[in-house]
Amino acid sequence: MNNLTRSAGKILPLLLVSTSLVLAGCSDNDHDASVPPTPTPAPDRVFSVTVTNLTANQPMSPIALLAVDKDYHPWQTGASASSALEQLAESGDSAGFQVEAGSISSITAGAGILAPGASETLTMTLADDSVASMSLLTMLVNTNDAFSGLNNVNLDGINVGETQRIMTAVYDAGTEANSELKGTIPGPADGGEGFNAARDDVNRVHLHPGVISHDDGLTDSVLNASHRFDNPALRITLTRSQ
Amino acid sequence: MNLNTLTRSLLLGSLISTSTMAAELEIRINNLTHGNHFTPVLLAAHDGDTHLFNVGEMASSSLQKMAEGGDIADLVTLVESANGVTVINPAAGLMAPGQTVEGIMLNSQTLTHLSIVAMILPTNDAFIGLDAWEIPTTPGTYTINLNGYDAGTEANDEVVNGGGMPGAPGIPAAPGGDGGANATGVSDMSSNDKVHIHPGVLGDTDVNGGMSDLDSRVHRWLNPVARVVVTVK
Repeated sequence: MNNLTRSAGKILPLLLVSTSLVLAGCSDNDHDASVPPTPTPAPDRVFSVTVTNLTANQPMSPIALLAVDKDYHPWQTGASASSALEQLAESGDSAGFQVEAGSISSITAGAGILAPGASETLTMTLADDSVASMSLLTMLVNTNDAFSGLNNVNLDGINVGETQRIMTAVYDAGTEANSELKGTIPGPADGGEGFNAARDDVNRVHLHPGVISHDDGLTDSVLNASHRFDNPALRITLTRSQ
Repeated sequence: MNLNTLTRSLLLGSLISTSTMAAELEIRINNLTHGNHFTPVLLAAHDGDTHLFNVGEMASSSLQKMAEGGDIADLVTLVESANGVTVINPAAGLMAPGQTVEGIMLNSQTLTHLSIVAMILPTNDAFIGLDAWEIPTTPGTYTINLNGYDAGTEANDEVVNGGGMPGAPGIPAAPGGDGGANATGVSDMSSNDKVHIHPGVLGDTDVNGGMSDLDSRVHRWLNPVARVVVTVK
């Protein structure tokens, strides 16, 4: 189900060439042309990350895009969720993920809720060559504690102009029972509670079994048939532009 | 070396260089679903700018015709006007649940990308989709899993009423003879009008009423819904 394709970018090198031509045209003729150019430092690495919400009726909480260490994992299936992940998966709030030496070196936030069918492009500029990987997290807000994203994608092998396209599955944080009850779901289907520190589920991250909904016989569910989902939930297109 | 040998080696050389220019593809398609048919499948080789559909964008009217009624004619025209090549209806009709069609030959010439679509029945506007897969230049066998997409053009009311034309609500048919009747219809509350991953059908267990004319024990699926094996020769 995961399609991974690479294609060489053609537009960007042309843009870079035209930019340098413009700069050359602005140079001051009074200066001695023989002055050697100052050595250019290693350029920043710039990645554009386009996220498309593939679900029928699950708005995504604002995207959290993390530049991370190669050994950092925001979640591990089979292990209990961190409190930061619990907060994200239950309420959509990514504030628990903080910049910290040795794990997260920068956080880029999406502009807001990513509606079903909508796409958003985030830009991540990495000045620090030691940053090896990228993580991405978002909550499916019409659920108790479902989330999707990228765990740890190594950036070292991606050359300028290359694109990776990744489809992501839906995980269950395992921190809140999937009751679908009124008052338990923060998204527009309910407007209920977000984060609650109590853990009343299996307390391990796993692939989400899907929601049931009122239409499918869970009579006290606030969800309807359109809130059901199948994998994948997101398409993420990662392009290194510089 | 006599002339005959020389001619033969020249011929052989030209054949070899031709074969590196023109990729001959042998394709197998497998319907992975429990109880869903596919309408006549369209396979197309085309350039990198052509798309039969774009996830996260509105469906074209050509795609809508395919997804709501299985009509691939406009998509064929689209591919051919972009100098692509097509294979139409390799199963010679509907592809039944579990059915495999093998030995589909497609000469992709110098074309770089492969797309595949077919409507999933019984649904309102679900389809199997492969969008512009880059054809490998290295000979070998490649396996691709296809997801079930929702064209986003018709509410998923799950009423089997023969409605297959664009804009006509309802499902054209349940080819397995396992659909129900007299459903009141599912209220589809999704506002996503872009091509997206299909949430799956709901169905129910009431063949003479209920909310849906689909059978929840028969017509549900989970991705992937089709497997494609491409051998690049």
